Amino acid sequence: MIINNKKLEMKSCRDGFGKALLELGKKDKKVVVVSADLAESTRCLDFSKEYPSRFFEVGVAEQNMAGVGAGLALEGLTPFICSFAVFSPGRNWEQIRVSICYNKANVKIVSSHAGLNVGEDGATHQALEDIALMRVLPNMTVIAPCDFEETQKAVMAAAKIEGPVYIRFGREKTPIISGNSKFQIGKANILRQGKNVTIIACGPMVYEALAAADELAKQKISAEVINCHTIKPIDKATIIKSAKKTKKVITIEEHQVNGGLGSAVAEVLSQKCPVPMKIIGMLDKFGESGTAKQLLDKYELNASKIIKVIKMNARNH
Amino acid sequence: MKNNIKQLEKMANTLRQDVIRMLVEAGSGHTAGPLGLADIFAALYFNVLKHNPKNPKWEQRDRLCLSCGHVVPIRYAAMARAGYFPLSWLKTLRKLGSKLQGHPSYQDMPALEHSSGPLGQGVSVAVGMALAAKMKKQKHFVYCVTSDGEQDEGETWEAILCAAKYKLDNLIFILDRNMIQIDGFTEKIMPLTHLHEKYQAFRWHVQKIDGNNMKQILAALNNAKRIKGKPKVIVAHTIPGKGVSFMENKWEWHGKAPTVEEANRALIELKN
Ligand SMILES: Cc1ncc(C[n+]2csc(CCOP(=O)(O)OP(=O)(O)O)c2C)c(N)n1
Ligand SMILES: [Mg+2]
Repeated sequence: MIINNKKLEMKSCRDGFGKALLELGKKDKKVVVVSADLAESTRCLDFSKEYPSRFFEVGVAEQNMAGVGAGLALEGLTPFICSFAVFSPGRNWEQIRVSICYNKANVKIVSSHAGLNVGEDGATHQALEDIALMRVLPNMTVIAPCDFEETQKAVMAAAKIEGPVYIRFGREKTPIISGNSKFQIGKANILRQGKNVTIIACGPMVYEALAAADELAKQKISAEVINCHTIKPIDKATIIKSAKKTKKVITIEEHQVNGGLGSAVAEVLSQKCPVPMKIIGMLDKFGESGTAKQLLDKYELNASKIIKVIKMNARNH
Repeated sequence: MKNNIKQLEKMANTLRQDVIRMLVEAGSGHTAGPLGLADIFAALYFNVLKHNPKNPKWEQRDRLCLSCGHVVPIRYAAMARAGYFPLSWLKTLRKLGSKLQGHPSYQDMPALEHSSGPLGQGVSVAVGMALAAKMKKQKHFVYCVTSDGEQDEGETWEAILCAAKYKLDNLIFILDRNMIQIDGFTEKIMPLTHLHEKYQAFRWHVQKIDGNNMKQILAALNNAKRIKGKPKVIVAHTIPGKGVSFMENKWEWHGKAPTVEEANRALIELKN
């Protein structure tokens, strides 16, 4: 993976999560982890070995995991509950709603294997609805970090704030693009300044947005790229400012077009600064088996799609 | 605040009258379950629980989780009588601005320990609290009132497995075995036969009692506290609607509040 002629290192967000958890575990005795039989896959396994007395394995029981997390939090601990995004928050949404959010319990819900990049496992395991599910809940913060580095920062930041946080990321290794950028919950990062169009992305799609901007620059289109890692609370100020400047906004996410990042951005812009907008994401469909690359290509969650949409729009204006 | 059996029986009767007055004033709510549980709540708040109504978040208190949140009027009545808040608040049940929400609301009343109502959730929260207590080497107990209808929920059994795995002997379930749920008798809606054996098979310590018999309630709770190495359940056979002849054992009274006339008849019976 190359951007600006630089070769980028590839690592997975979940490895970032595992690393951050270990560090947190050392720093903060109140941090505990609850797993639902996916400790290795979600990368909380190392924590379990290092801090066995602060690790709870509840088995394949995501609803109970959410409730146990709430109980631990109500007793003053900081639990991280870990599974795949299809199961948590997919299976345990109502437990998250009442036991966690209504109680304002300090539970961090960390879910791996979000998005199409789960690949071969197929549609059942590809969470493309989880951002929408979590975004509607009062008291919930929703974060989709873009890479290995940002996941670590997101986990550390989530531990610092009091209250429920949902962090979602994929399974695959993705290029590290966030470098040493600052991470603040609720504050989007402008990764590249531009004046003709704004591309707002989260998760692994941030890389695609940067790659598209690179290519567009060669064609004399100047794209601003915003890494909107926090989907809730959304950074209204940064989004509005950019939209005022470029007057065109594209969003892209590894999630359904309904209810995710694009919707969140549209909710802001339609009310505060209406500009033409395109939402790129999964078009109200289920995925299927295939390699991550094949699926992202087939369902057009990539840089080429961004370029195509921007050029088509340029022609229509 | 350890009341004796006579005092506790009297208190249970007072709580039943409170519940009737609260529900008729609210105009909606659950009647059968709360009346059936009056003896258990009198025992908990006036004999068994280690608690301080003036300092509800006292670190060493016993935790009382109410998983079947719809029966909360009986808990509110017991809390008011124990001094958690003024008796006058009972009349605000289910009204706009009240701390006595229709189902337990933790943000409105932190002494409730957690919010509940959606069945199956409180049992997991109780397991989490018991795990936390073990981890922190705290000495208090976590009591959790659950109901027979709630045993239909998958999450309940997830929590039961988990409590056994971690040998949570600081966790005591009180299971309201009143044989009713919303749509009818439990054994018709979803048979729970051999509940006793089911819990035993899940490696819990099980006691079966008459949940309207104060002597048995106290004995079972005290015995449960002594058992080591496993979580404990008291299957308390109660009479739903207990104390009011036209409500007793009638599942129709699960989620219905009395009319003024019915409430008056109920209160006359309870005062006798
Ligand atoms: C998850 C969930 N589903 C449905 C309900 C609606 N509901 C409230 S009480 C109840 C019956 C439960 O039976 P039980 O607790 O035994 O009732 P009781 O003995 O008080 O009549 C139901 C289905 C609920 N509160 N939660
Ligand atoms: Mg019942």
